[in-house]
Amino acid sequence: MGDHSHGSPENSGTVAKADDVAQDRFPDPGLPPHRPRLADRDPRAAKRHERQVALLFTISIIGTLFFFVAYFVLGRLGEMSFAELRVQNAALGLGTAFAMLGIGVGIVHWAKTLMPDHELMEMRHEIRSEEDRQDAVEIVDTVLEESGIKRRPLIRNTLIGAIALAPIPAIFMFRDLDRTGNTAHQMIDSLRHTMWDKGIRLTRDPSGTPIKASDVQIGSAFHVVPEGINETENPLNEKAKAVVLLMRMDPAEMQISEGREDWNVDGIVAYSKICTHVGCPIALYEQHTHHLLCPCHQSTFDLTQECKVIFGPAGHALPQLPITVDSEGYLVAQSDFHEPVGPSYWERG
Amino acid sequence: MTTTNEYQATTSTGRIANFVDSRVGASAIVKEFGRKIFPDHWSFMFGEVAMYTFVLLLLSGTFLTFFFDPSMAHVVYDGSYVPMKGIGMSTAMSSTMEISFDVRGGLFMRQVHHWSALLFVASLSVHMLRVFFTGAFRRPRELNWVVGGVLLIMGLAAGFTGYSLPDDLLSGNGLRIIDGVMKALPIVGTYLSMFFFGGEFPGEHVIPRLYSLHIMIVPAVIILLIVIHLFMVVTHKHTQYPGPGRTNDNVVGFPVGPVYAAKAGGFFFIVFGIVAFIAGLFQINPVWNYGPYDPSPVSAGTQPDWYIGFVDGALRLMPGVLGNFSFEWHIPFPWGTNTLVLSVLLPALVPAGALFAVMFAWPWIERWVTKDNREHHLLDRPRNAPFRTAMGVAGVIFYSVMWAAASSDLIATHFHVALNDVTYWLRALFFIGPILGFWLTRRICLSLQRKDREIVLHGREAGIIQMSPEGGFSEKHEEIDVYKRYLLTNFVDRQYIPAEPDAAGHVSRKEKRRAMISKFFFEDRVAPVTPSELEAAHAAHGHHEVEGDKQDSIEK
Repeated sequence: MGDHSHGSPENSGTVAKADDVAQDRFPDPGLPPHRPRLADRDPRAAKRHERQVALLFTISIIGTLFFFVAYFVLGRLGEMSFAELRVQNAALGLGTAFAMLGIGVGIVHWAKTLMPDHELMEMRHEIRSEEDRQDAVEIVDTVLEESGIKRRPLIRNTLIGAIALAPIPAIFMFRDLDRTGNTAHQMIDSLRHTMWDKGIRLTRDPSGTPIKASDVQIGSAFHVVPEGINETENPLNEKAKAVVLLMRMDPAEMQISEGREDWNVDGIVAYSKICTHVGCPIALYEQHTHHLLCPCHQSTFDLTQECKVIFGPAGHALPQLPITVDSEGYLVAQSDFHEPVGPSYWERG
Repeated sequence: MTTTNEYQATTSTGRIANFVDSRVGASAIVKEFGRKIFPDHWSFMFGEVAMYTFVLLLLSGTFLTFFFDPSMAHVVYDGSYVPMKGIGMSTAMSSTMEISFDVRGGLFMRQVHHWSALLFVASLSVHMLRVFFTGAFRRPRELNWVVGGVLLIMGLAAGFTGYSLPDDLLSGNGLRIIDGVMKALPIVGTYLSMFFFGGEFPGEHVIPRLYSLHIMIVPAVIILLIVIHLFMVVTHKHTQYPGPGRTNDNVVGFPVGPVYAAKAGGFFFIVFGIVAFIAGLFQINPVWNYGPYDPSPVSAGTQPDWYIGFVDGALRLMPGVLGNFSFEWHIPFPWGTNTLVLSVLLPALVPAGALFAVMFAWPWIERWVTKDNREHHLLDRPRNAPFRTAMGVAGVIFYSVMWAAASSDLIATHFHVALNDVTYWLRALFFIGPILGFWLTRRICLSLQRKDREIVLHGREAGIIQMSPEGGFSEKHEEIDVYKRYLLTNFVDRQYIPAEPDAAGHVSRKEKRRAMISKFFFEDRVAPVTPSELEAAHAAHGHHEVEGDKQDSIEK
């Protein structure tokens, strides 16, 4: 489609353009005739527009002044009620809105009514001329030739090797983004353990009071953390793994798998509260269906079937915490969870 | 250089201008840009909205940095918001509370910042839709389309890193989800999560790290990309809509000085004004209602910021187990069993990845299928590119189904339907919706093109009812003027290109595939009216030629 013999300063003909294909087409009639606006013909209309623009700019000035009123008169530092704060916030917003809209609408109104509205035309130029391309190729060739990089492969190859290696230390420097100082093995291992251990009491979240088996009625649910969690070095990290939901139901309704027979106390069961999907806390317990629902992505777990997934994106059941009662009648853990809590990961197995 | 006839300014302004000009060569810049022509159309504003909201983000964000402290050190809140007094929280949360309640206008600035961020990503998205549906990404603008796509991704990155900074309950749960998604990545996932959080989730390091990304790295990249984007716009000159007098070789519009500068400059203040209005009257992200982050509580009905919704929705749509089949695959290796968490990996990576991959590759896909490597400076009216418009709508529906899924719980509670049913319907729509959308859109485009043909051939309805001597009523049709006719008949008529042999006379399999797609896209088409057709229509009183002579129009 290129045609070198019909070049012009704007168009050398080397790049095909969408218009070039001649067809049985209607001819381009050119731009429609300009229709004058009211202000172009009537000086009184022009004067009216001028006043409107000035009025809009004045509104902007008033808006700015109103902002200061909102800032100093409506705002008393440090002793505002929430309602007062809201009023001040709305006033600051309205002041700024009028200050800005006055200017913006004014200028646009000015441009649309009083500035010339004749459309002008400009020719496009070629993005790259063939002449430039040839010159550039010549320059690149000269540069390569003078550097000698093609003639001296030893230099080139060792340079490539050096440049490939040099950034690697910069990547390795990020190793200590992990601030625990753990080895790779310890990092993986840390996900397998929580604070729970033999004899640790189940306590209410957030009050920290221990729970007696007799406190737990059928149908009730407790949000539970291990005793002493606030004395640990980083309570939030511990909590992110150790939070537990405690519920009681009729033992006749429970399906219990082999090896878990003594993990409950008369129908009182404890399950990890961290969703096995991506880790949100499972906050919703529906008593009459015995379903646990994660509010983030709606994974649903059936308490009667040891928290098996019955709906939603979670891939495996909630881990169960084996519990028993101590000599004073308080609920305690028998051990840690038997599997990692929370979302799945490559090394989980 | 001779000084004998150097220009001497007479006014003081002139002297200052001349001083600068003679040292930096500003005259050449004024000459280049002072009367540069920009085409005018309302749909060209979306890019401007994006740029202006970004300026607002820089302004309000700078203000916020003067007061915000990104530390995760534990403090007990003692500010003026009474219900929170005495509650332990991180310094980041506490200083967010301080900005809201103890810095005058601080809450306003927070709300300006958050609303601008939502609007920034929204206007970027709508701008990209405009560019897509009008075909503005075609040669020579393919690379600028890619730059725009990267800008959208950086917009998401900016939003995500900023969203988490207050360290409140809602954003903390967002981070928890990110942690879960990271851990699902095979081999590197667990380490990546440990490196990101500086140890186990949530740790005490992630907020300062997000902060340096949010206020330094991400905005620097965005500014760089905006500069490249605008530089290319100047190099290419702006595209324009088709119409009389507008050709592929010219630009018709208003000069920068004064009209375009006034409109575009004024528009900044309008955007600012509207954002200020919203920020003043509509509360957003009330962290004092959520409280500080705690891994245990979460409120029902939580929603991410809108632009993250489609990924969150995809996570919700994916079934984790089907019957007894779990999408967590346990793969036995000689050293032990590893877990491939497909229930998280598939929805988190595949839909978003496919969407962006097709989006980035589309200019090249279209060029390959249509064999059209010409420069295009005239935009398509969407109806005149039915295949592309239909593909775009299919993509929008694909995105919207996932987006709707992010609110599946709210849909269920608001419309009193079962949550599970909402999910099942959306799962079905995820696959069927884009196909239906493609088909329907293409039919609508073809119908609109036929309507255009009818208007050209029969004229427009004049609204005048005539009674014939026989007593029959008919509506009078008036011929349209040459300008309107040119608009309706002048478009690129894309046609099916059968597989062509290469230089060796061999038809490659790739070429056959191309021909198949080309046939799928262009088999059904409506050709523009030609002058000879119009003449024939006039000769036959213009009553039977709406479809055109099929044979004739396809041969051409």
